[in-house]
Amino acid sequence: MLSVWIRTLQLSVKSLWMHPLRSTLTVLGIFIGVSSVIWLLALGEGISRAAQEQIASLGALNIIVRTVKPSGDQAIDAGYGLTRNDYVRLLATVPTISRAIPMRIIPAMEFRNKNRKIEGRLVGTTPDYAEVTRLAVDRGRFLTDSDVTSERNYCVLASEIAEQLFPVGDVIGEKVLISNDFYEVVGIMKPRSASAGIGGSIAAESFSNDIYVPITALWRREGDMIVVAKPGQFQRDINQVTQVTLQVRDRDKVLPTAELVRSTILYSHTTMPDFTIVVPMELLEQARTTQLMFIIFLGLIAAISLVVGGIGIMNIMLATVVERTREIGIRRALGAKKRDITRQFLAESVVLSVLGGGLGILGGAFCRPLTIFAREALFNWFPKQMEHVPKLVQTMEPHLIGWSIPLAFAISVFVGVIFGVYPAARAASLDPIEALRHE
Amino acid sequence: MRLAVRVADLRKDYVLSGETVHALRGVSFDVPEGDYISIMGPSGSGKSTLLNVLGCLDRPSAGRYVLSEVDVSQMSDDELAEIRSTRIGFIFQSYNLLPALTVVENIEVPLYYSRRLNAETKARCLQLAEMVGLTPRLNHRPTQLSGGQQQRVAIARSLINDPQFILADEPTGNLDTATSHEILDLLENLNRQGRTIIMVTHEPDVAARTKRSIILKDGQVVVDKRN
Ligand SMILES: Nc1ncnc2c1ncn2[C@@H]1O[C@H](COP(=O)(O)OP(=O)(O)O)[C@@H](O)[C@H]1O
Ligand SMILES: [Mg+2]
Repeated sequence: MLSVWIRTLQLSVKSLWMHPLRSTLTVLGIFIGVSSVIWLLALGEGISRAAQEQIASLGALNIIVRTVKPSGDQAIDAGYGLTRNDYVRLLATVPTISRAIPMRIIPAMEFRNKNRKIEGRLVGTTPDYAEVTRLAVDRGRFLTDSDVTSERNYCVLASEIAEQLFPVGDVIGEKVLISNDFYEVVGIMKPRSASAGIGGSIAAESFSNDIYVPITALWRREGDMIVVAKPGQFQRDINQVTQVTLQVRDRDKVLPTAELVRSTILYSHTTMPDFTIVVPMELLEQARTTQLMFIIFLGLIAAISLVVGGIGIMNIMLATVVERTREIGIRRALGAKKRDITRQFLAESVVLSVLGGGLGILGGAFCRPLTIFAREALFNWFPKQMEHVPKLVQTMEPHLIGWSIPLAFAISVFVGVIFGVYPAARAASLDPIEALRHE
Repeated sequence: MRLAVRVADLRKDYVLSGETVHALRGVSFDVPEGDYISIMGPSGSGKSTLLNVLGCLDRPSAGRYVLSEVDVSQMSDDELAEIRSTRIGFIFQSYNLLPALTVVENIEVPLYYSRRLNAETKARCLQLAEMVGLTPRLNHRPTQLSGGQQQRVAIARSLINDPQFILADEPTGNLDTATSHEILDLLENLNRQGRTIIMVTHEPDVAARTKRSIILKDGQVVVDKRN
């Protein structure tokens, strides 16, 4: 039985070889279909991995509560956003919270060392901040609990700030003038490239111009009011807490905790929408559904291209059957049964589709290098336009899914059989006497 | 003497748009083993129809067709295919070789369908090719051969399964006189070795070289004589 199939396959290859161009073009159709299945799945997986990574970098166990400045000027006088009370209440009433890192962030402050000055971001926070934002100490130390309780005027500098303000000598122990207060430098952080999402926003956040101080010291020395006075612009903001990053101990507790946090804060923020809660876990789940939709969508496109390839096979096989009517007659006269003829023509279409499938799998393997190469080429030729391409697409790497290869192979066999059955059945049903008479 | 073929009261009707055509109306004859028969007759007399029935490509409407003691007249398609591949050797006017295959491969084809392809039968292919004088051309394709050579391949192919009889349909119809004689010599030789041959022909001088002539007219045997 096996030898019959081997003979049949040899025969198919021989027949297909009689029309190399025609066979190649037919194979090309399946090749495109199968490689597009693999490519689309790999691209889809790459994009979804990049998105999930981005979200995961927000911390899957985190809940981020942030102050949002309400529109209009109702906010200006009374102050807005999260308060020290919110922070205290959260700690007291939500038991599933393992850690809470409050932050008071003033985006544009002037830092001075004698006659050197630089503008940067002042962040009042607590010791856990460094870990949550994955910042590492270079020299000295980060803030400590006792710094916070004692409201000490200590500060920790981002490396760039340290270089700018203190180009020479040991920085630790020096003093930085912020507003009207001196803060003693106790530590320097290692540089860290801006990355999306750290600290709670999807947009990239830069840490290179930061100075970190105990949040209590900031509250005491700076107060809650920030006045921004630039030429033609005067703005006064009253806000106690810019952001609280909460950490939950248990994955399962993240979503219920987020609900609890929302209602707890909403309790004292009924008048205006001045806060928002970002739950990376929620985004993660959304991303999974989006990914599923994406795969279904891409699968549909791939299926269409395979059907087109299959129709190509059917077309060629039907033409072949007509063209080889006489051959069919001869074979029948020499003793071929109907099923022998069916097998022969089915084998030919399967050989075509499997050949296309095999090449398609090879083509699929080139997805990653080709995508990266094409992207680099595009960046070289159209640097301006490529800047506007989403970050996700710029950094995404296609990821070949293991099961897509057996799937693609199975699909190509399937296509060969499905679209080969009808022409083969037609070939077998020819009357041998008529077929022999055919020119 | 044993019979290779017996046909008894063979009838074949075709229904064409409501009208019945009686292509064969009771044809009977016996073919003893080793006979060499020519079948002649005017156009439309039923030669092709008889040939199709004898070749098991078609079933008679009525009557019996016994092939070495087995009645094959009402067998199924698959059974008939089996008979064709094992018991009948076909030789056609237009050779009917498969253009994609070489000489040896063409000779092998019936073995493939009778599931007898093995080292022994492959060796037999080579013997037959030698017998018809094609050893130097084993790997040529049909298009690289002359008509006479192609017909020799067909003769070798018809013998590969050691059939009960050979059915030849105007085997010299496409050949020039000299080549025709070579082919007829070959067939005569085979017959001398004991092969049973039934041959349809138009040419009386070809028929004259056989042992027995059957002439059909309007679907009936009108002459059946020893030459
Ligand atoms: N497939 C067919 N359908 C209908 N009539 C047919 C068919 N084959 C043959 N005939 C008729 O049967 C008769 C015998 O034809 P045929 O056997 O071809 O004669 P010959 O080969 O001697 O010329 C003719 O009248 C022909 O028209
Ligand atoms: Mg005829």
